[in-house]
Amino acid sequence: MSKLILIAKDLYREYYGVQALTGASLQVEEGTITGLIGPNGAGKTTMFNCLTGVVPAEKGTIVFNGTNVTGWRPERICSIGMVRTFQIARGFPSLTVLETLLLHGDRQPGESVIRSLVSQKSWTAREQELEARAHKIATRLKLDHLLSNMSSDLSGGQKKLLEIGRALMGNPKLVLLDEPAAGVNPTLVGEIAERILELRGSGINFLVIDHDLELIARICNVVTVMAHGTHLTTGSYEEVTSDPRVQDAYLGLAA
Amino acid sequence: MLSYFLANLTFAGIYALLALGLNVIWGMAGMINLGLAGFFALGAYASSIATVYLEFPIVLGVSLGVMVAATAGGVLSQLSLNLRGDYLAIVTLGFGELIRLIATNETWLTNGSDGISGVPGPFRSSLTPLAFNAVACALVISTVLVAWFISERIRKAPFGRALRAIRDDEMAAAVAGKPVRLYKIQAFAIGSALLGLAGAAYAHFNSYVAPDIFRPLLTIYIFFALTAGGTGNTLGAVFGAVLVIALLEGTRFIEPFFESLSGVQAASIREIVIGATLIFVMRFRPKGIFAERPPRPLGTSD
Repeated sequence: MSKLILIAKDLYREYYGVQALTGASLQVEEGTITGLIGPNGAGKTTMFNCLTGVVPAEKGTIVFNGTNVTGWRPERICSIGMVRTFQIARGFPSLTVLETLLLHGDRQPGESVIRSLVSQKSWTAREQELEARAHKIATRLKLDHLLSNMSSDLSGGQKKLLEIGRALMGNPKLVLLDEPAAGVNPTLVGEIAERILELRGSGINFLVIDHDLELIARICNVVTVMAHGTHLTTGSYEEVTSDPRVQDAYLGLAA
Repeated sequence: MLSYFLANLTFAGIYALLALGLNVIWGMAGMINLGLAGFFALGAYASSIATVYLEFPIVLGVSLGVMVAATAGGVLSQLSLNLRGDYLAIVTLGFGELIRLIATNETWLTNGSDGISGVPGPFRSSLTPLAFNAVACALVISTVLVAWFISERIRKAPFGRALRAIRDDEMAAAVAGKPVRLYKIQAFAIGSALLGLAGAAYAHFNSYVAPDIFRPLLTIYIFFALTAGGTGNTLGAVFGAVLVIALLEGTRFIEPFFESLSGVQAASIREIVIGATLIFVMRFRPKGIFAERPPRPLGTSD
């Protein structure tokens, strides 16, 4: 078994009186695209929220790339290479597509208030590098003709692509995609799948939530199934989908 | 007449400083601050107390005013970090009133409702009133230029971009790796520094400060200036401030045409004109006269 890049163990989290996670565990192996499926309300997005620090877990541990990140704030988790997208694409309406990408660039000294006031020179070089990087990523995602548009002007599918693009800007080691195919037309789903596979080829690991099982089957090496706030089973797509417990809880095929 | 014009230009400059301060806090970072008058008062009182009672030179007094306001802004935003929208509005409104009430009641420090008079102005004793107004006007305009420069630097820098991202969606900005809390406190402190600077400039120009000057209506006028001028736009903030003073003063000249009105009724023409102008601007230019524009990208060399 190769190295585990992410280990989440026994996570608990309550939401307004609902126990969203009840001892959920999850692992992502280095070099894989891991799928995370399960019925609505199984706790998949809560799992993402806990992993990225958006909503801290009440109990349990999270180890990312050998570092215990339990209880870290979101910006700190992002800075060591775990980034996420949102189920409902959360754009920055007053930023252009290019700015949205630049915002997610790492190590920009111009974000220090002192440097931005005192010396423009201290950040322009890095800004140019990031701009070059943003152009590259946009070209890969076929968003390059939209760079100067406001990000709120994009179509739903383009917003999804931009979500992936901004996740890539910070040189991540692991990208958590929350329903990248939801509300996207079939051709674009195909394209999103292609992009994800290409990116896997360049050394980025993915953890993907989606209800589009064709997409999951196509891109994921390993699939984890959650139900009722906890881990149900893990295995290859064929293994988990033929598991009677999964069929009962999620696929609705049980006789 | 020239002296009157210069005095109003100076007031317009002071309002412009206030609008630029609000632009950093609200325009760029999206934090509502209804306590502008309080920060304005802090700058004014700190500088007045330092120069009148402690006999500091004016430059030092003004610096102190800026520092006191910036510190208060930093601390207040630190305390209210988890509040947003309406709740932050209430806290800051309360802060503004709190400062005014302290100024009214802590007589040993502020001389209460009598106010502090004889606040020194630069070269006031050796100049004619007209020449003093000219000097003050020039100084305030230079200060506005400095504040303009600071605003534009922030707007164009990645820091300004991060502030706009926080304004749009705080949580998404945090997940993008931005230290949201730190940036919010910094933005609030920088904006408050400009508000304090405006207060200090006011005190030294007007030579008199009293609690009555720092009523919430002032805050409303500055919000008007920024909203009409263009939230998030530096030029808009300054233009809006000039517009407010022009309307406030301009309505004096139309009062004689309404002879049938009593004094109090005539005075409210001001508020009618201000309100109607804002509605008119918002109807035709919802983003203000000068809408916010994203800064131009640098462009890669290859």
